[in-house]
Amino acid sequence: MTGVAIAGVAESELGAVAPGTTALDLMGQASARALADCGLEAKDVDGLFAASGQLAMATVSLGEYLGIRPRHGDSTNVGGASFVAHLAHAAAAIATGRCEVALIAYGSTQRLLGRASAAIGERDPYEAPFKAPMPVTAYALAAARHMHEYATSPEQLAEVAVSARAWAARNPLAFEREPLTVEDVLAAPRVADPLGVRDCCLVTDGGAAAVVVSAERAASLRRAPVHVLGVAEAQSHRHIASMPDLTVTAARESGARAFAEAGLTPGDVDLLMLYDAFTITPILFLEDLGFCAKGEGGPFVEGGRTAPGGSGPPMNTNGGGLSYQHPGMYGLLEVVEAVRQLRGEGGERQVQGAEVALVHANGGVLSSQCTALLGAQATT
Amino acid sequence: MVSRTPLRSRPYDARVEAPATRFAEACAAERLDFQWDPLAERAVFYPRLVSPFSGTTELEWRTSAGLGVVYATTTVHHREEPPRNVALIDLDEGFRMLSRVEATGVRIGMRVQVAFNEGTPVFLPA
Repeated sequence: MTGVAIAGVAESELGAVAPGTTALDLMGQASARALADCGLEAKDVDGLFAASGQLAMATVSLGEYLGIRPRHGDSTNVGGASFVAHLAHAAAAIATGRCEVALIAYGSTQRLLGRASAAIGERDPYEAPFKAPMPVTAYALAAARHMHEYATSPEQLAEVAVSARAWAARNPLAFEREPLTVEDVLAAPRVADPLGVRDCCLVTDGGAAAVVVSAERAASLRRAPVHVLGVAEAQSHRHIASMPDLTVTAARESGARAFAEAGLTPGDVDLLMLYDAFTITPILFLEDLGFCAKGEGGPFVEGGRTAPGGSGPPMNTNGGGLSYQHPGMYGLLEVVEAVRQLRGEGGERQVQGAEVALVHANGGVLSSQCTALLGAQATT
Repeated sequence: MVSRTPLRSRPYDARVEAPATRFAEACAAERLDFQWDPLAERAVFYPRLVSPFSGTTELEWRTSAGLGVVYATTTVHHREEPPRNVALIDLDEGFRMLSRVEATGVRIGMRVQVAFNEGTPVFLPA
């Protein structure tokens, strides 16, 4: 138990936004909507947590934009996992009295600007000569190694995309909702073997925000609180050449710590939100978070087990980064979906009786891993 | 050599050669150099000023025999260029680097040998 709860969540406009819109516009818009969701105002916020590939000092920019002068700020950027890290940091800040109302926010216009110009440049002299497009090359190498060691098949990778698309068909905010088959995924243009374009996340614009307060304060706000039962961070490398074993991620560490804090096991989880930047990533995380043994992630997703009506746990019910939205860093949108499901606001895609959700976010090239266990009740 | 006036009270007066520069100079001379941590007794790559294994700042430079094994491989597809290999190579001295294998049919486990393409360390089947 962390003693904190998520009181409000929101997305900004998503998909392809109007020319001239900035990352900060979307961050600000999502923030205003998340505050309205729980009945708080900007003047109530005293802790800011934000990251963006387009803003070097995200919380400073966000504070100016919203007219907030926080007494606690945290612009931690560990890529797409940043916002689950922010959940951990917000819990600590609230527990130690550094702030009472924490606002976590993200925004990106990477579709509008193009991926390359929407990123703060970082050139590595040891990688640059090989012109390997990152991050996709790194994930392709990990997928190739997983296939080599465990006979994971391209069809099994494709199942992850097909499951995501089936959920997306039930989400009006999803960017891609047309039916998708395993054959479609395999026939799509290649990007970096074994990954084709349908194995890779979308490139969309968008933002999100979440308001975090003590569980006590959350109880007095207008929405049913979603409790942060456990949350943990881990990291293992920055460059793919420095990852000790391409089939084992630091999700093993973040997952074990988050489960320990929550006092839960994988068997207690009703909903899985696993960062699907590429089809290989949920397979790795299913294994590393303890939902199946190492090497069995491929068989785990076979036959639509994680899709609507499947025999396994519902996974990425918003349609994931593969079919819903992936505005550069996706982690906060996973939190938004988990909160909606735990409140019973999932509409057509509602997971019946969802009490516990696992949110796992990833950053860089399988570099940073952050896991949160969220619950509809404070204790389970 | 340009003479420099030393700064007064400068705590570290020896100019350390930048690891990336030292590595690039070796490549230009067609040598694949790497660092060795004498305390941890293991190779360090990429080159740096501090060992991630023992914390020592006394890293030694060694020259690799350039022989290794493909740990992972992919073919990257570009709209306007021919497909290109990118691979992770495990060198026999115990370090891993990103590079490419200039061959067709590259597979995991293949033995490879370093070659230099305009100062860039690439690999060929051994």
